[in-house]
Amino acid sequence: MSGALLEGILEHMAIVSIAVLISSVLGIIMGIIAYWVRFLDSVILWVSEVLQTIPSLALLALLMIIFGLGDITMIVGLVLYALLPIVSNTYTGLKNVSPHLKDAARGMGMSKMQRLFKVEIPLSFPLIFSGIKIALVNSLSVAVMGVLIGANGLGTIIYRGIQSRNMMNILMGAIPVVIMALVFDFGMSKIEKKLIKRTK
Amino acid sequence: MIKFQNVSKCYGHTAILKNISFDIKQGEFVVLIGPSGCGKTTTLKTINRLIEPDNGKIFIDGKDITKANPVELRRTIGYVIQQIGLFPNMTVEQNISIVPKLLKYPKQKCQEIVQDLLALVDMPYEENAHKYPTELSGGQQQRIGVLRALAASPPIILMDEPFGALDPITRDSLQEEIKRIQKKLKKTIVFVTHDMDEALRLADTIIFMNNGKIVQMASPEEMLQNPADSIIKSFLGKHMDNGNGVPKLFAEDFMKTKVFKVPRTSRTLECIKLMSSKDVNSLVVLNDDDTYLGTVSIEDIKALGKPGKEIAELVTNDVITVSRKEGAQIAFDKLLSSKSNYVIVLNDNQTVAGLITRTSMAKALGEALWGEVL
Repeated sequence: MSGALLEGILEHMAIVSIAVLISSVLGIIMGIIAYWVRFLDSVILWVSEVLQTIPSLALLALLMIIFGLGDITMIVGLVLYALLPIVSNTYTGLKNVSPHLKDAARGMGMSKMQRLFKVEIPLSFPLIFSGIKIALVNSLSVAVMGVLIGANGLGTIIYRGIQSRNMMNILMGAIPVVIMALVFDFGMSKIEKKLIKRTK
Repeated sequence: MIKFQNVSKCYGHTAILKNISFDIKQGEFVVLIGPSGCGKTTTLKTINRLIEPDNGKIFIDGKDITKANPVELRRTIGYVIQQIGLFPNMTVEQNISIVPKLLKYPKQKCQEIVQDLLALVDMPYEENAHKYPTELSGGQQQRIGVLRALAASPPIILMDEPFGALDPITRDSLQEEIKRIQKKLKKTIVFVTHDMDEALRLADTIIFMNNGKIVQMASPEEMLQNPADSIIKSFLGKHMDNGNGVPKLFAEDFMKTKVFKVPRTSRTLECIKLMSSKDVNSLVVLNDDDTYLGTVSIEDIKALGKPGKEIAELVTNDVITVSRKEGAQIAFDKLLSSKSNYVIVLNDNQTVAGLITRTSMAKALGEALWGEVL
């Protein structure tokens, strides 16, 4: 049983981290576009908000029709689900960089790209990072649903426990999810605090 | 060097700049001043194209700036803002070398630039280069802000109320530093302020603006003598002779020239002897070339001095100095706000001309009111 548990944890982590990684790249790019292109910001934010309001079960079911059963469907679902905090934090972070610093950067002759990479992203990184943290912690619990669309992970163990009315099994699946969520939340909050110090 | 030709700018229906034309010569220190909303900052920002005018042309060295790439143009013009704008995620060294790095100077050269510039404002490289802006005081931060603008040695520097947020004493010393740096490096500086004291102190030429127009462009002396408009008079305020028959007085008109001076190499005991024989409790200390170094008081010697020690080690710099051509009123203001009982008057070459005490101030005021008093 402990072998199955370890395997479940590793699969769970793999699915979540791949999804959050993709979501971070996508979300940061979308956040930047929303920041740069003024008329697109409400559209982009609206889309990512709507994605989040779709019940996860329904979203997964819809994706299953396109992608079939398996881990891929779960990853795509998590990517869509994790977008909102990352997009909105990136957008807010970039937008809230002090206008004086933006003015100084522009006045010194930095191009749009140089301003983004040398000033705006470094200064909004703590907020972007916090968006990624929220996305990761959320995804850890949503990923349990994976069992319903044939994906691997800790959901399998919990589901097996429900089917056999085995309390032990349910807890064995659920507790690692909780622990992982707590550990990531704690660790990443610590890093976040350190990041903030350098940008104030 | 910089030429404005009929420059106009509107925001919606409000005209911010109305047909502005003027010339700035190479190496000139020009101060733009006027009430808020008069268009002074807008004028400044059109020079590095942070704001594009609707009409008219601006030339730098005879070249129309709209023909240049704005990003490259800005790298050849230093820019200092009121809010300092140092990047908090970069060290002092990284902040200063931003423009040199944008211009792809080699690393070695960037470091040399930082070292030279920090030496210019007496902030040792080892001690300061690796600090972050938050670890510096407000005055030090703005010094770095100025150095950052100087880094790629641009011929022109734009300064937008750079000292507006600093306390009066820090502002004083930064004004002196910027004037010194400008003379030494022969930069053309365009400086925005709303503080007439600052304008009179720094400017070669003052451009007074109101409602998007230039009201008067003149040297400080000329503006004091012939202000072109009542709004300028109200800005000049305390600097004017108010037409009540009181002549314009300068610091030199009522300073005492009898000052007890000692060279920096004299010993503590000599100084105490001199003080007691002349019945004074502080002395002015001079450098080897007779320029002003600072003052030393009997309390300092009592508290810290050991017999035979060189006096230079005990010198303090907390007595305020004024130049002999400073207006009397400014000198009085400084005297009244300073903790010491006197201010030192310096010649243009930094040697000591005399000092003003509260007594000599009262005497000068009495004379102005009732004629000669004894």
